[in-house]
Amino acid sequence: MMEAFFFLLFATMAAGGAIMMIASRNPVSSLMYLVLAFFALSGVFVMLDAHFLAAVQVIVYAGAIMVLFLFVIMLLNLGHREDIDMRGHLARLVALVAGSGLFAAVAALVFRGEQATLAGEESRLAVEAMIRSRGAVGALAEPLFTSYLVPFELTALLLLVAIVGAVVLARRRAP
Amino acid sequence: MILDFSSSLHIVWALLPEIVVAVTGLVVLMLDVFQRGSRSAPSAPWVGPLAITGLVGAVLANAWLLTLEVPAQNAQIAVDGFRIAMNFIVLGVAIFGLLYSFDWLNREGQFTGEFIFLVLMAVVGMMLLGGTRDLIVLFVAIELMSISVYVLTGYDRRSRRSAEAALKYFLMGAFASGFLLYGIALIFGSVGSTNLSLVTSEIALGTASNNPMLFAGVALLLVGFAFKVSAVPFHMWTPDAYEGAPTPVTGFMAAGVKAAGFAAIVRFITIELAPAAEFWEGIIWWLAMLTMIVPNLAALAQDDVKRMLAYSSIAHAGYLLVGVAADSPLGRSATLFYLAVYAAMTLGSFAIVYLVAGKGDVRSKLSDFRGLGWRRPLLGAAFVVFLLSLAGFPPTGGFIGKLYLLSAAVESGESVLAITLVLTSLISYYYYLRVIWKMYFEEAPESLPTPERPGLAFGFAASIGALALLVAGLFPGHGLRTASRAGEDLVPRAAVVAPGAAPSARPSGQDPAASRASSNVSEPER
Repeated sequence: MMEAFFFLLFATMAAGGAIMMIASRNPVSSLMYLVLAFFALSGVFVMLDAHFLAAVQVIVYAGAIMVLFLFVIMLLNLGHREDIDMRGHLARLVALVAGSGLFAAVAALVFRGEQATLAGEESRLAVEAMIRSRGAVGALAEPLFTSYLVPFELTALLLLVAIVGAVVLARRRAP
Repeated sequence: MILDFSSSLHIVWALLPEIVVAVTGLVVLMLDVFQRGSRSAPSAPWVGPLAITGLVGAVLANAWLLTLEVPAQNAQIAVDGFRIAMNFIVLGVAIFGLLYSFDWLNREGQFTGEFIFLVLMAVVGMMLLGGTRDLIVLFVAIELMSISVYVLTGYDRRSRRSAEAALKYFLMGAFASGFLLYGIALIFGSVGSTNLSLVTSEIALGTASNNPMLFAGVALLLVGFAFKVSAVPFHMWTPDAYEGAPTPVTGFMAAGVKAAGFAAIVRFITIELAPAAEFWEGIIWWLAMLTMIVPNLAALAQDDVKRMLAYSSIAHAGYLLVGVAADSPLGRSATLFYLAVYAAMTLGSFAIVYLVAGKGDVRSKLSDFRGLGWRRPLLGAAFVVFLLSLAGFPPTGGFIGKLYLLSAAVESGESVLAITLVLTSLISYYYYLRVIWKMYFEEAPESLPTPERPGLAFGFAASIGALALLVAGLFPGHGLRTASRAGEDLVPRAAVVAPGAAPSARPSGQDPAASRASSNVSEPER
């Protein structure tokens, strides 16, 4: 009962935030609605026992990326009306067809009631057992530092390259 | 030494060449920062030699890999002849690319330290592309390579063309990465693992056959790779990005990124996804066909040598795809051999273009090459060798490489591809020979300045490159034998002993149960 209540609360907040985000005309307030949707979504993640995902959702998406978006919008002064950006009836038609096609596909999946068994049932059980024994963060950390050590360390290099690259490209002039 | 992937120290040994390159890059960056402090001063002259030393160290480490014995080949990192050969090619591209670039960096007054760092990081990504068997490592490696190269493309801050090229390349590259990642997700979804030794055995067991999700995943993976090697119809970004990028970077891109992309295609598509061959055979065939025809016709109309070479590099992707489409050990060996030859001639010709173009890369039109052969005889001779090799004329490595590709295609019954290769090469003679004609048979007007004299590093790289192409054309035996050994020695089919190692059988690890039981390096959830 309690669970259903909180799920409905978070789900309504997430869906409502998403709808308001595309409905609002001001880019800044539309961004704020997106942050609301992200927070609500992280609530749903907590209810699914995905604590790590919930924390990442708040820290990375709601925190870092949204602040970045906000800065970009404010610095670029994108306060004008957005319908100028959408060109032509053809583009709208394509967007309508693609959007309703995606909606139909998702709806078909939901109504057919098929569970997405991506990695197979036994691995799902293994993941659940692991989460029970050491929590979601521990279950994620262990493979990260053992089986996936190589890509993990490579990611460090990737981030360094991104930082150095940003500095190189943003520098005003050569020596 | 016997490599055992259950110990993390042995993962370090297996990755030693990559680690040497990465550490060199970090050392160069740190020393450069400390030496310059907060001053906006040029880098110290020793950063270049330091980087070259590190790369030579990586070459030695890579040669040392040949002595390793690897009993169980199911880890994320493959230790086989193919990876080692690809590492040699990529490291060669890096060494020669840097040697060619020093003159440009000095002439244009660009920062040297960051340039070297970005090149070395791109090289780490390229090496891992040819050496990994895990889709996650593949993705991180491809991003490491691509992001470094995007920045290098826009390295000339004062040039509008450079910025435009970087933006175009970045947008298209990010798009391609999206395709690649989605393909990886779909393959993971249909098979349940990112480790390709498991993916292969699952497909071979038949559990994943007739699976539309797997088909879509393979197709998207191929689209991502085709973007990276600029195969038609995914080549739209290439002429603009290659033309706008600083010319030494263009050479590095055309040689290195393409070699790494082909390494990934050979390993991931033709080896690991061999049981799913009916999914990709037709796609590769058409990619090869289109990539040979379209750019060769487009190159005919170019009057800018740099842009012409960009189209020619797309066309060479088509020739290389013929080797992939042959889908045989011979085809893979031919691809390897041609990649090595292609790297040498592409790097060399782009380097000469930037020398002729002068400060600011302004003179790269066909007419700017008039009289080059008489004004700078050595430079002209080297350029003739590179161009003849690109065209595929007999005394050069390019001829032997094309012959090898042709024999692989004919052996696999791909005669239509072989005929197309010959015909498109004939078309390409026109635009390569036109440059040579301008260099020797047309007088340069007084107003055209003589290209500056290249530095020592440039001269060394150009003469070694041109000599290597001639040697590969006149005495191809050794190179062909090495390529054919490396092309056959690919996990998981490997049953060949690495040259130099003690003669012991290499179990291929194809038995799915065994590989699942012993795979401790990359198995997250089972």
